[in-house]
Amino acid sequence: MVLKEIVSMTDGKVICGESHLNDSIEYAFASDLMSDVLTLRITNFLLITGLANIQSVRTAEMSDLKYILFARDKKITEEMIELAEENDMMIISTPYSVFKTSGILYGAGLKPVY
Amino acid sequence: MELEYKVEGGDFTQAGYASSQVKKVLKQLGINPIVIKRVVVALYEAEVNIVAHAYRGVITAFLNEDGIRLVLDDEGPGIPDIDQAMVKGYSTASKEVREMGFGAGMGLPNIKDNADEFDIVSEVGKGTRLNIFIKYI
Repeated sequence: MVLKEIVSMTDGKVICGESHLNDSIEYAFASDLMSDVLTLRITNFLLITGLANIQSVRTAEMSDLKYILFARDKKITEEMIELAEENDMMIISTPYSVFKTSGILYGAGLKPVY
Repeated sequence: MELEYKVEGGDFTQAGYASSQVKKVLKQLGINPIVIKRVVVALYEAEVNIVAHAYRGVITAFLNEDGIRLVLDDEGPGIPDIDQAMVKGYSTASKEVREMGFGAGMGLPNIKDNADEFDIVSEVGKGTRLNIFIKYI
C-alpha cells in the first residue's frame, strides 16, 4: 500500500517526511508498548501508535522503521520531528483512534506483522 | 575500537542517545544491518533500563574482530533476584517509565534474544553490570 493512500484513508496530515509519500509498504503494527515494537525483526512497516513522545521516535530509529502514524491528533513536539527528520522518517498524524485507523488499513489490505 | 558514553538516571529526554551514536558508527563502518539492529535494540533496552532504574551509568561498546561487546555498568539499587527479573512480564518500573512505552517486563528477555552471549552481575545497593556480545555475520 502506498503511503499517500494511507494518509488519505485516515484523513491524515503529513508532519514530516513528505518525500516518502510514494513509498510502498505491506505491513503495519499497532502498539503503545515500545518494548513490543523492539521485538519485531522486520523493518519495512508502519507503526500505528497513540504514544506520542520522543521514545516512540527513538524506538523507530532503533527498529529501522521509517513510517509512524500517531493516532488521535496527539501532540508531536519539535524534538520528535527533529529526530524523525534526522533519521529520514515520515510522521503522519490522524484524528482517528488506533482502533479505527487499524480497522481501515487492515480492511484495505495492509497486512499484520502477526 | 572502543566507544564510551555516560548515562544519567531519570533523564528520559536523553534515553537512547548513546544507542543512536553507536548505531551511526556501526553504519559508517559498514556493519551488516541485521547485526546493527540486534546491537542497537539490545543496547537501547539496556540504556532505557539504566535511565529507568539506576542513578547513573557508563556504556562501553567494544568493536572487536569477531563481534561487538557491550558493557553497561550502573550505580543503582541493583537487582535482588536476577532470575525473576528475566521472566517475561516481570517489572518493577515506575508509572513514568510505563508512560514512555517501557516497563512491561520485556526488556531483559529482548536483550537476551538479540545477544549471542548475555550475563548480568548485580549487587543490591551498589549497581548492575550487563555484558552483551553479538557476533558479526
